[in-house]
Amino acid sequence: MATGVKPRVKVPGSASAGEVITIKTLISHPMESGQRKDSDGNKIPRSIINRFTCDFNGQNVIDVTLEPAISTNPYVEFQATVPETGEFQFKWYDDDGSVYEDNKPITVG
Amino acid sequence: MSFLPMRANAEAVDDLIAAFTGGAEMGDAGVDLNAPEIAENGNTVPVEVSAPGAKAILLLAAGNPTPPVAQFNFGPLAGSQTASTRIRLAGTQDLIAIAQLGDGTFARTSKTVKVTIGGCGG
Repeated sequence: MATGVKPRVKVPGSASAGEVITIKTLISHPMESGQRKDSDGNKIPRSIINRFTCDFNGQNVIDVTLEPAISTNPYVEFQATVPETGEFQFKWYDDDGSVYEDNKPITVG
Repeated sequence: MSFLPMRANAEAVDDLIAAFTGGAEMGDAGVDLNAPEIAENGNTVPVEVSAPGAKAILLLAAGNPTPPVAQFNFGPLAGSQTASTRIRLAGTQDLIAIAQLGDGTFARTSKTVKVTIGGCGG
């Protein structure tokens, strides 16, 4: 079980219709790879974020499958088209079944 | 520190590629992979994949204990078929990116990254 997991997302507050914006996301998470051993030589069990998705008003922007090779505090940067005013919805899926969510509104004006 | 021998991994990489492409031929054009030539710290190596019009991009690290790194699937609202992240590399090795392009064909590219400090435990 990962503790202190906190998603952080950077989305511009406004855009023009049809504009392509850059979104930066980071979630603090140890991303324990399952390859490391503790001081007694026991394997530390894998515990990672295995999937990340971003949707806008119910339409998918990106859906990423993450593997243990992704660094601690997984960072994903990508671009999205903004057709109208609405909300970006971000979801991170943990190995332990938790789903972390964050939402960011954007105004088209 | 123990790593799987590269040769055993080559088979795993081939299997992963076959699972993604369904055994289809791969072209050279249409996919870009940006990574530093030399990474001082294998724990966090910035990489960027890009394939205009692609549906999905698979990223593999051929020399890691487990080669899969990430698969990016782009939805209808993706502003471009580009994504950046930070990855772990166990040592100097080849990164491989394979894109499923808009017309259903596949493209492959690879890049060697020199790693001075490995990033997969040990």
